[in-house]
Amino acid sequence: MTAEEIKAFAAEFDPQPMHLDEEAARVGMLGGLCASGYHTCAMMARLMSDGLLLRSAFLGSPGTEEIRWLAPVRPGDSLMVHTRVLETRSSASRPDIGFVRMLVKVVAASRTVMTLTASLMFARRRA
Amino acid sequence: MDYFEDLRIGTRTVLGSHTFSADDIKAFAARYDPQPFHLDEEAGRRSLFGGLCASGWHTASVAIRMVVLERQRRAAERRARGETVVQNGPSPGLRDMKWLAPVFAGDTLDFVSEIVDLRGVRSRPGWGLMFSRVTATNQHGAPVYSYVGSLFVPRRPHS
Repeated sequence: MTAEEIKAFAAEFDPQPMHLDEEAARVGMLGGLCASGYHTCAMMARLMSDGLLLRSAFLGSPGTEEIRWLAPVRPGDSLMVHTRVLETRSSASRPDIGFVRMLVKVVAASRTVMTLTASLMFARRRA
Repeated sequence: MDYFEDLRIGTRTVLGSHTFSADDIKAFAARYDPQPFHLDEEAGRRSLFGGLCASGWHTASVAIRMVVLERQRRAAERRARGETVVQNGPSPGLRDMKWLAPVFAGDTLDFVSEIVDLRGVRSRPGWGLMFSRVTATNQHGAPVYSYVGSLFVPRRPHS
């Protein structure tokens, strides 16, 4: 994440001083310029697409149960995404679809910056 | 932004409207969520959603833009009246983000916010936590997106 990318996303979607201006961010609770939590989500989605979803039978998601923004994402941070399957279940209404409930962790250096729990839909293998 | 003590559960705020163009949907998806149904009309038609539709993360990003811009509009009004402007803190997270129905190219969403909870923060005596449900409804009156966000709000300083 570069400072330019952080400011560009924030300018379009989350134009708060802590995501746009080093000086304004310094006096806030997070003590310095940091990425919008929604920017971290968007980067997570990209990493998940490239690393997993585009090579799978991913069909979409009905939503996200919980997102925790645990630590600021700073300019220069490299994000890594870890996923863990919590449970799987068949769709009651559609036998060709299954739901996978996942815990997603976004890590920068050795800090967990964000966790997210969501359900994802995948096509089932034809019998 | 009011100080934490001035906030009330049940306060409802109209945030405004946003129309999702096909170009914007594809641009966001190409950068952040390159699923075929967010990039291509034909792939959208063949998908569960029935048409080219916005990434849920695009909808979420537009929603927070509406929240932040409305907050800044009210801050500007207070500044113009010579009143104190309170700067909010960060958000520690959100819950119950639901993508209830697809957001298709050309759809216009109306966004509304309602305070649903207010809680003290033991570890941060100068701050409270405000929880707000944000809901988006499309031009057919159907709810398409909702979540409950949280925000650190400063307490009034003791004089």
